[in-house]
Amino acid sequence: MSTALSFAIMDAPFENSRTVTMLRVIAEALEAGHDVNVFAYEGAVALSFARQAPHANAVHGRDAAEENHPLPRVWIESLLALAAKRGRRLDWVNCGLCVDERGVAEAIDGVRRGSPADFWKMSVESANTLTAGTR
Amino acid sequence: MRTLQVIETAYRATVEEQDDTIVWLTHAMNGAGGEFGLLLTGNAVCYALQEQRPPALALGGWTQSHAADPAADVASLAAKGVRVYAVEEDLEERGLLDAQLLDALTVVPRAKLPVLLDEYPRVWKW
Repeated sequence: MSTALSFAIMDAPFENSRTVTMLRVIAEALEAGHDVNVFAYEGAVALSFARQAPHANAVHGRDAAEENHPLPRVWIESLLALAAKRGRRLDWVNCGLCVDERGVAEAIDGVRRGSPADFWKMSVESANTLTAGTR
Repeated sequence: MRTLQVIETAYRATVEEQDDTIVWLTHAMNGAGGEFGLLLTGNAVCYALQEQRPPALALGGWTQSHAADPAADVASLAAKGVRVYAVEEDLEERGLLDAQLLDALTVVPRAKLPVLLDEYPRVWKW
């Protein structure tokens, strides 16, 4: 029986702490030695958009470097690096139609385009699947 | 492996998508070979109401061609063999128990949900 775990996420970046929670669970799964599949659906396909950019924050009184603004694409890059370091597989699949709707095809390296059929296949091949829908 | 899709959030982005995204996802994965049930809870029990006809959006000179019809989309899932359930108390709270509901709908009291959930090895809450 595979010990891989699959996750489906839906929330757009910078909208909901559910996304951070899911990414933390994914990190723990990789640390624990699991291969991980992620299906990003709807707004979540923008999490890996390559053009996300940090900015300064005048309210905080910090320039861009000092602010070091969190970017979901950097978090995903970090998870991909963690998977490589641990010798595990992180297969991050963006729903292609959702990508087209939002014009966010320019994704970071290591992320691929797919469909709900990929989600079904990865879930069948996994020990379990966790979904987090948008509220 | 049988999977129960549990929908609670209703009418999310149905204008933009012209469907419910999880009902659509279920159609797509059913087409890919998956075996699903669909449990409507909370406001999503309204998807079982057959008399609803959401109007097409008109903004300035732009008019929508295909307004979402979640009731028809759920009925279409049922026609493909997907069992469709709704929580009785959620229908009752919204005054829908006596409404014209999907013919294939199975109404489930909340107290019986554990039995239903036990029938599906995978339960995905959206």
